[in-house]
Amino acid sequence: MTSRPLDKENPDRLYIVTGGRSSVDESSIDLVSLIVSECDPTPGMQSEHVRILRMCHSPTAVVEISAELGLPVSVVKILLCDLLDTGRITARHPSTAPVKEKLPDPATLKQVLLGLEKL
Amino acid sequence: MKSSDQAARTPLRSTASDGLKIVIVGGFGVGKTTLVRSVSEIRPLSTEETMTRAGVGIDDAGDVQDKTTTTVAFDFGRISLNNEMVLYLFGAPGQQRFWFLWDRLFSGTLGAVVLVDTRRVEDSWYAIDRLEHHGMPFIVARNHFGGPMPELEDLRKALDLSDDVPLIDCDARERESGKAVLITLVNHLYRLSTALEGAH
Repeated sequence: MTSRPLDKENPDRLYIVTGGRSSVDESSIDLVSLIVSECDPTPGMQSEHVRILRMCHSPTAVVEISAELGLPVSVVKILLCDLLDTGRITARHPSTAPVKEKLPDPATLKQVLLGLEKL
Repeated sequence: MKSSDQAARTPLRSTASDGLKIVIVGGFGVGKTTLVRSVSEIRPLSTEETMTRAGVGIDDAGDVQDKTTTTVAFDFGRISLNNEMVLYLFGAPGQQRFWFLWDRLFSGTLGAVVLVDTRRVEDSWYAIDRLEHHGMPFIVARNHFGGPMPELEDLRKALDLSDDVPLIDCDARERESGKAVLITLVNHLYRLSTALEGAH
């Protein structure tokens, strides 16, 4: 487990990447929401957006995008909000999240078990 | 972190639509990432999340006064369960400084595996306490490093673990063993969920 404090990196870069915003309604986006591109990148598009659109030709979880871009999850969520707003991507949200202190129904868990047993 | 091109990644099926989460929690060096690697269909990836400390105030009152951001790095892997469901496994540090991120990061998690190193049992106490506090169902897996091991029931006592929490041995390096850990957890969740439905 490595820890790489952001405040020792370059805060200016993160400011530029997100256009300086610090609060966006990102509550609907989960770590494992699956993102799908709905269009191809266009010239002049922000490079992070280009990479996300290329990466998400097949469904890609938010946390995988974060790992690939080397950006914290919270920054990636802001980038995704921009793309969602403009319809360039769609998000497939988890069916089990985020209901606190509630177990998934037995039928869902049965599906998980079947999948694991095939491993 | 280095970028990698599309060809180097293992894409999900185009029908994938439902992401699920299980968290592996434990002390430093206990084998969380090893366990993730043994069952994951991708090489474990690493990411991080940051959070400003303002208004949180759960961490210990030590030298935090002048610290404004905390960064938590975590490794993860994934298992495609079927055409729609994809299970993500997160290895999460069990130290106290991590826990204020739990709600934000891991809400909607199916359940947790507490990975225990018997040489450092005390590393697990805090994690178990917090999971109980959060009402998050979990099992405990003792990572077996070889050599003679005390009885599991002795470990149960040392952890002050109630009888209804499954406690098993595993070898985090072995795929079959890692698989058995996950199946034990999901079976446990299934029993809890079925009991809950029966109560209504």
